Amino acid sequence: MAGPGADMQWCFSQVKGAIDDDVAEADIISTVEFNHTGELLATGDKGGRVVIFQQEIENKNLPQFRSEYNVYSTFQSHEPEFDYLKSLEIEEKINKIRWLPQKNAAQFLLSTNDKTIKLWKISERDKRPEGYNLKEEDGRYKDPNSITALRVPVLIPMDLMVEASPRRVFSNAHTYHINSISVNSDNETYLSADDLRINLWNLEITDRSFNIVDIKPTNMEELTEVITAAEFHPLHCNTLVYSSSKGTIRLCDMRESALCDKHSKLFEEPEDPSNRSFFSEIISSISDVKFSHNGRYMMTRDYLSVKVWDLNMENRPVETYQVHEYLRSKLCSLYENDCIFDKFECCWNGNDSVVMTGSYNNFFRMFERSQRRDVTLEASRENSKPLQVLKPRKVCAGGKRKKDEISVDSLDFNKKILHTAWHPQENIIAVATTNNLYIFQDKVN
Amino acid sequence: MSTAADMDVNMDVNMEARRILAVSISKLYASRAQRGGLRLHRSLLLSLVMRSARDIYHSSSRDSEPHSGPSPPEEPMDTTSSVEPERTVSEPQPTSPSAQAATEEPEAEYERGASGDKENLSPAKQSRKRRGKTSAAPDFLPSKRARLEPGEERYAACCRSGHPESLTSLSLNRVISAF
Repeated sequence: MAGPGADMQWCFSQVKGAIDDDVAEADIISTVEFNHTGELLATGDKGGRVVIFQQEIENKNLPQFRSEYNVYSTFQSHEPEFDYLKSLEIEEKINKIRWLPQKNAAQFLLSTNDKTIKLWKISERDKRPEGYNLKEEDGRYKDPNSITALRVPVLIPMDLMVEASPRRVFSNAHTYHINSISVNSDNETYLSADDLRINLWNLEITDRSFNIVDIKPTNMEELTEVITAAEFHPLHCNTLVYSSSKGTIRLCDMRESALCDKHSKLFEEPEDPSNRSFFSEIISSISDVKFSHNGRYMMTRDYLSVKVWDLNMENRPVETYQVHEYLRSKLCSLYENDCIFDKFECCWNGNDSVVMTGSYNNFFRMFERSQRRDVTLEASRENSKPLQVLKPRKVCAGGKRKKDEISVDSLDFNKKILHTAWHPQENIIAVATTNNLYIFQDKVN
Repeated sequence: MSTAADMDVNMDVNMEARRILAVSISKLYASRAQRGGLRLHRSLLLSLVMRSARDIYHSSSRDSEPHSGPSPPEEPMDTTSSVEPERTVSEPQPTSPSAQAATEEPEAEYERGASGDKENLSPAKQSRKRRGKTSAAPDFLPSKRARLEPGEERYAACCRSGHPESLTSLSLNRVISAF
């Protein structure tokens, strides 16, 4: 795959979702994830539904249309539940989806809400049996006396049907709200993390899970930090990381002990005292952590920046990218309108040369690591003509606003891009606005 | 020595801190009605902001008053203030350590009293009467008394007494422990 050069351009490919501005809450997209080949793209929403898109391979001969994604399967993953003991409603919103690597004809994914993780099997059916001995075609039973001969039913082609069925339900293991799930490279286990604990599951076993990290203090009044995200190393099945609300990341080795409360490595950058404010703690809280595909680096996202860490260096990140530094002077307003609590995710491209994350006003940012170039692009219906090239956007932090720049005060903070995903092999990205999914591809000359 | 200009800046800082406190409290109340229940992470972040605002509020209040006498020990009284010595907020007015410590003690006594005797707080402390001297008492609080958890009862009682100082001096982590 060609790395994105300095003259890389992105074009609009598709947009999925309702057009009208009145957003139904259930349609708010809450997670986006490509599978391991990139052929399938799954989204989860606040209404508990999962929609899977499939890349149309037939058009691969026409390079400009190579990334057409069409709906493959839609199903209701989670329903709202009620915890009677605590008098609490459990939201059906899908917090995360993670695909399992494909082992056979069927596809498997894990989807989770605040309390329950489910393993879904998505399988295709394009044949059906015909010619039963005891039943008519419509299912009615034949009169046994009328049967004179024995025949073998045959499979005849039918219209493709994609079925999703829940194969496992992993429940009752989390007191707090689940924020992450991550499949181990061993393909047998996975972790689920809530605010205070991380559990290890076997994909086959639903009635038991092992607690491997527990940061709950004996006295809750002493609570100072919570777990915000966790992920398994892509290659080393014994290694996992988890990030905290204090801006630290802990790397744990499961071989050291059964309970990984003692970390192997602690990644923390000392705070810049000149940036201290009321809201320093909130903005240093890490909202996402992702290993690079090659497993040598990890990336963290806090409110204002993206940081790339070398796993061998704990005292500071190797790269820091400012996503929207112009918001630093607006933190008080962002606190009042709750935007300061927004949890942005981040992602790597296939060869770990570019990182991407979202921002406000439906802007999203890409940072090219080696060339230190960055670009701001916008996902909007206005720029959604087929193959229209996206024009880089610029925010004017202060002073004189140039033409085509947008001033900080004009930014729409209701239009936020929290979830983005990058195809594992090609330059195709999926960007979720509130209720729409945009698919962009690099410009093919 | 405080000049008139210093006093003005102090007032601004004071007002800002109170405003942030007010916003934070209303967020805390609103989060109780949220679908899916109280979010631990969000509540923790809110309590951290409130603590910062409280510290600034107290230090800026104290700075406008002359202080005398030997500096009392800075030893924090409750577990929550273990992070406070690290909290140096970049404000125009540098906070004097002794002034801050002086704030700690009366607060700590209140907290000790509260933690020592959860069931039988004296009616005076739980008084819901607005005190005249704090005329800028929070108006943002809901007037209807909602059903609360034990930790939150005391929290709300403080709010209604119209005493911002006592409000914030109540251990913010009571909110968390209400989980």
